[in-house]
Amino acid sequence: MSKQKAVKEPFIHITKKRNDMIWWKAWLIRGAAVLLALIVCAFIIVLLTGYNPIEVYKKMIEGSFATKRKVWALLQGIAMLLCISLAVTPAFKMKFWNLGAQGQVLVGALACAACMFYFKSTLPSGLLIVVMLFAAIVAGMVWALIPAFFKAHWNTNESLFTLMMNYIAIQLVSFAVASWVTSGSGVLGLLNADTNCGWLPAVFEQKYFINVATVALLTVIMYVYLKYTKHGYEIAVVGGSENTARYIGINVKSVILRTLAFSGAMCGLAGFLLVSGTHHTVTETLEGGMGFTAIMVSWLAKFNPIVMVLTSFLIVFLQRGSSEIATAFRLNESVADILTGVILFFIIGCEFFIRYEVHFRKKHKEGEE
Amino acid sequence: MKKLISILLVATIALMCLAFAGCDNANEETSKAADTSKAATADLSGMKIGLICLHDENSTYDNNFISAMKDAQKNLGLSDDQVLIKTNIPEGAECYDTAAELADAGCNFIFADSFGHESYIIQAAKEFPDVQFAHATGTNSQVVNLANYHNAFASIYEGRFLAGVAAGMKLNEMIEAGKIKAEEAVIGYVGAWPYAEVISGYTSFFLGARYICPTATMKVTYTNSWFDIALEREGALALIKAGCVLISQHADSEGAPKACEENGVPDVSYNINTSYIAPNTAIIASKINWTPYYEMAIKAIAAGETFDTDWCGTIETGSVQLTEINEKVAAAGTAEKIEEVKAKILSGELKVFDTATFTVKDPATIKTNEANFVSADNYKTDADGHLTSYMADAVADDAFTPDTDVIKDGEFAESSVRSAPYFNVIIDGITLM
Repeated sequence: MSKQKAVKEPFIHITKKRNDMIWWKAWLIRGAAVLLALIVCAFIIVLLTGYNPIEVYKKMIEGSFATKRKVWALLQGIAMLLCISLAVTPAFKMKFWNLGAQGQVLVGALACAACMFYFKSTLPSGLLIVVMLFAAIVAGMVWALIPAFFKAHWNTNESLFTLMMNYIAIQLVSFAVASWVTSGSGVLGLLNADTNCGWLPAVFEQKYFINVATVALLTVIMYVYLKYTKHGYEIAVVGGSENTARYIGINVKSVILRTLAFSGAMCGLAGFLLVSGTHHTVTETLEGGMGFTAIMVSWLAKFNPIVMVLTSFLIVFLQRGSSEIATAFRLNESVADILTGVILFFIIGCEFFIRYEVHFRKKHKEGEE
Repeated sequence: MKKLISILLVATIALMCLAFAGCDNANEETSKAADTSKAATADLSGMKIGLICLHDENSTYDNNFISAMKDAQKNLGLSDDQVLIKTNIPEGAECYDTAAELADAGCNFIFADSFGHESYIIQAAKEFPDVQFAHATGTNSQVVNLANYHNAFASIYEGRFLAGVAAGMKLNEMIEAGKIKAEEAVIGYVGAWPYAEVISGYTSFFLGARYICPTATMKVTYTNSWFDIALEREGALALIKAGCVLISQHADSEGAPKACEENGVPDVSYNINTSYIAPNTAIIASKINWTPYYEMAIKAIAAGETFDTDWCGTIETGSVQLTEINEKVAAAGTAEKIEEVKAKILSGELKVFDTATFTVKDPATIKTNEANFVSADNYKTDADGHLTSYMADAVADDAFTPDTDVIKDGEFAESSVRSAPYFNVIIDGITLM
């Protein structure tokens, strides 16, 4: 556009791609990045440990696929991470930086566990599960609505607000556990281990089936919600420009509140699945850092729920692989984490080449494009 | 893939057979635990062991389990493929999944090291009746009544008492040198949770110290975490600031020993010898050596024999140990004094929780206990405040009901009803920060 011929052209300059890259080209770049990452990792493996990298990669794959149980554990891991990633997505798409998924999941889990603790002998399991589900969703929703309310009305900084809500949630959990477990050990252990009251039942002999199926359904719903509904459109517009949204008559405040309520409810649901369907207890570390990993999953997939299945698979696969390598080769898990880091670095890094173009200075200057 | 695995298996078994020809002597030397002749000569080639750890080697607690397992592996001549070590397994469904995966991988002995793993290991034990499961520090084996579920612990209070003796010697040395007055002999203790295992540990340590230095008192702070470097460090620093002249800890990181080294305050450690990070302040550490238990269990399983579902190691079994004394820091004569007291404990002349040696009568102590869910209804004392009856929660239940009177023959009979500690009363002389 500008024609400043007098200014010296830099050796390298980077521009954003004007058109999206053809899909197969983009995937070719991603594939090349994975391949490169594996080669770099192979060097690291040989230099640090002296093991055969092919054997190490083989173990990594075995960590997720060696047995039926491992496959289900992989699916369960993906389901939980994906569930939280889906939950944070609408808010992120709206450019509401919700860093509070951890807290929203935890309060959901806590509400759920509290129902299990207090109603174990008064409610039948089926009814208890319904109550737990309801409690978890409401708790998650409230936890997200508090910062949303302040943002919508007084434009408070939502990143800090949601982040601080996490610490409150963690303390609430430790307070609850300390008052329930009077021996002082701080370990609640399996709730209702003898009656399985409030435990999601196994379907087709798979205890994680309901978790996986629920999240699969949610993925489709979220895809449709974001892409084909009026709500989804409003989220995109508010995310693009609040002023535009106001101009075309969107009530920005109500969109923020509505979207965060939805986001929080889904985090609460994730808390429910973690307590009722997975751990049957509550601890401060129950969500295992997924609240933050989810942000990466969501961004990596550019907020596309279907692609998120892939990105969360990648992360869970790498985690399980790391643990398998650590055991098989008696390496500290940190070594495996280094490999995971390298692989993620390449995968995230390659997006640069998909989105941007690098121009080197040419001898023969052409007219500006 | 299956073919490859089977070839590998056959190869390892063949290697094992070769290895065993040369390993018998080593076995006999290390098998201090009472073994029947059948178990001592059992063929271990079919054994596969899984160890589940909450953290990895960076935690002194888990490091103690891991290195003991590696020692047992070496002593018994097992290959790396026969001993699978899983680290960083949280106290949740992952623990059950890991146990089940280890069982799938052919493990016939699975051991978990963290208190919170217990209910998940019991869940796995129910599902895999042919696999033997063991859990350290757990409390439920006598209640769940599964033949393949075992609890294990050790009379570590005896080791703590001896470590306390070393602390008492150091305090006396400081008093004699005029560095502190007798009433300033205040010990600081960084505990993990306000829980029996920790309370039993610091009380026996304190009694050991006071056995040597009668004016000693102790301040305790909790981190409410088993492993938190920053909190443990802060805890130690706060204690030092509050006037504590010697620190000990029951939390699993290097936070407290390092804080002591920076401030030149002597430290008595737990689980591992910390003199490598605190060469100028570490005195000694007490530890549980898990190798005797591992070896006993592995041999019993290989021989097709049963072993105790609740096992408590002692000084005699080699389970309760002290690490090497750091002569640079310890008071002169510490080693001799420890040997002397140890002989008294072994002969039964000295009892760690002798009720004549401690009291519960200070109103502040009673109030602290109430806050810790130990009400005055749980125990009776004589006119001087010595316990004459104490109802402990020794039989596990969800409501933590006090159920067994554990005062026997003038002693608080720790680890006699079950291996895991149940001494959970705060005694006079100990204050919580």
